[in-house]
Amino acid sequence: MKELTCIVCPRGCRLQVDDNMNVTGNFCPRGKAYAISELTNPVRTITTSIRVSNRPHTLVSVKTTNPVPKDKIFDVMKEIDKLSVSAPVRIGQVVKTRVLGLESDIVITKNID
Amino acid sequence: MKQIDLVIIGSGAAGMAAAIEAKKNGINDLLILEKDERLGGILNQCIHNGFGLTEFKEELTGPEYLQRFVDQVIALGIPYKLNAQVTDLSKDKVVTYSSKEDGLVKLQAKAIIMATGCYERNAGAIMLPGDRPSGVITAGTAQRYLNINGLMVGKRVVILGSGDIGLIMARRLTLEGAKVLCVSEIMPYSNGLNRNIQQCLIDYDIPLYLSRTVSKVVGKDRLEKVVLSAVDENLQIIPNTEMEFECDTLILSVGLIPYVSLLNYIDCPISSTKGAVVNQYMETEIPGIFSCGNCLHVHDVVDFVSQEARLAGQSAALYLKNQINNNEDRIKIKAGNNISYVLPQFVLKNSVNDLTFKFRVRKPLKDQVVFIRSGETVLAKFVKSALIPSEMVMVNLSKDKLDEVKDEIVISSEDR
Repeated sequence: MKELTCIVCPRGCRLQVDDNMNVTGNFCPRGKAYAISELTNPVRTITTSIRVSNRPHTLVSVKTTNPVPKDKIFDVMKEIDKLSVSAPVRIGQVVKTRVLGLESDIVITKNID
Repeated sequence: MKQIDLVIIGSGAAGMAAAIEAKKNGINDLLILEKDERLGGILNQCIHNGFGLTEFKEELTGPEYLQRFVDQVIALGIPYKLNAQVTDLSKDKVVTYSSKEDGLVKLQAKAIIMATGCYERNAGAIMLPGDRPSGVITAGTAQRYLNINGLMVGKRVVILGSGDIGLIMARRLTLEGAKVLCVSEIMPYSNGLNRNIQQCLIDYDIPLYLSRTVSKVVGKDRLEKVVLSAVDENLQIIPNTEMEFECDTLILSVGLIPYVSLLNYIDCPISSTKGAVVNQYMETEIPGIFSCGNCLHVHDVVDFVSQEARLAGQSAALYLKNQINNNEDRIKIKAGNNISYVLPQFVLKNSVNDLTFKFRVRKPLKDQVVFIRSGETVLAKFVKSALIPSEMVMVNLSKDKLDEVKDEIVISSEDR
């Protein structure tokens, strides 16, 4: 039996998972999916920011479109650190496709005119 | 003096939602005043995700969430002023603001919505013991430096307070290469959401020390060391329990306080939430002045700020159409057993809307029944498996039930 805290929404359900991957304590189906993912292939969305090269002292926020494996978080951060963009940029604009070959792109999350 | 129907002070999550709703309810003569250089308020620096699950049924970052509202403000043609600091407010609803573009301007408003947000408690507010070197900074300021200005605040960090911003900053600083040594919380439980304890601390092996606080700050020019001590049940420091951490930065995440300076100018009554006393229309004790969002009470989820602000926007429209009668009999709303505060604090009878009561519990509770009572009469009850102080609770009451009420309503949480 494993105990987990669901991170899908602010509710933060306490989940119990038995040896046969039966999940209890979840308020919604997303909790079950989270528990199984967390115990088999834990993943996280990364949110951070990158430089806007043509605007002084300006950063623009970015995120991974899909969550990436937890043990790759710092490797992905290193890749993101190499990125920069020129304004104007729009929400959803892709800055890097398939970062580190993962099923996740880096996209802009803030409009800069 | 220029006359205007509605002024909204602040363009964060609350201000924009309130303005949009007022406009949709037929108020065309309105203006948003924003002191910063962009719309959106604090969401601009909240680049993490987790916003919008209630509003949009998807997970958004702060800037993405605010953009959805900016888009509506623009689509609806709602006028706004940036870099416009409101400097004064009078009881008869004259709003004074100053901006580079317009100079000092006075506006005679018929209605006002306060959406000014909150501010952070700082080292002085908690009487932080010890030296005053550089490197002691509030979590929100650190967040702005890092996420807006791209400045790292330090390399070895201790965080005091386990509110959500402190937890988010623990992860953020770790991702950017800082070593976060620990988070210290004076209470025996965290004030942050469970999910943030998991994804911001446990994920990165950052220890959380409960019932422990800073007993000494050491540093001449720059912070050198922080000493943490255990506290007893009365939150008093227990001698000989010191833990020392060599660090260059101490981040304070020790509470948020509604920003109500403007309301203080006009002696608007303030409640125990440190925000205005309001009725079910989010209207303060000064008819025609409304309050919503974090300047009313500090929220944990922005989606509920937007929701509350829509009610304020809709109410301001009702007020401007003379559909709120402030002379109605009043019902007092009181926080009963286990409840730290309830909003609204009073209700006007013959309500236009059904009622939503918002409250927080004083301590973590399990297997509870929440009662809405008037005297001995139970107006409604709700079963709750678990309640925690960091989670605002909302319960609804049909307006028809007000007929059964004498002169007060008490909300309480009791063991099942």
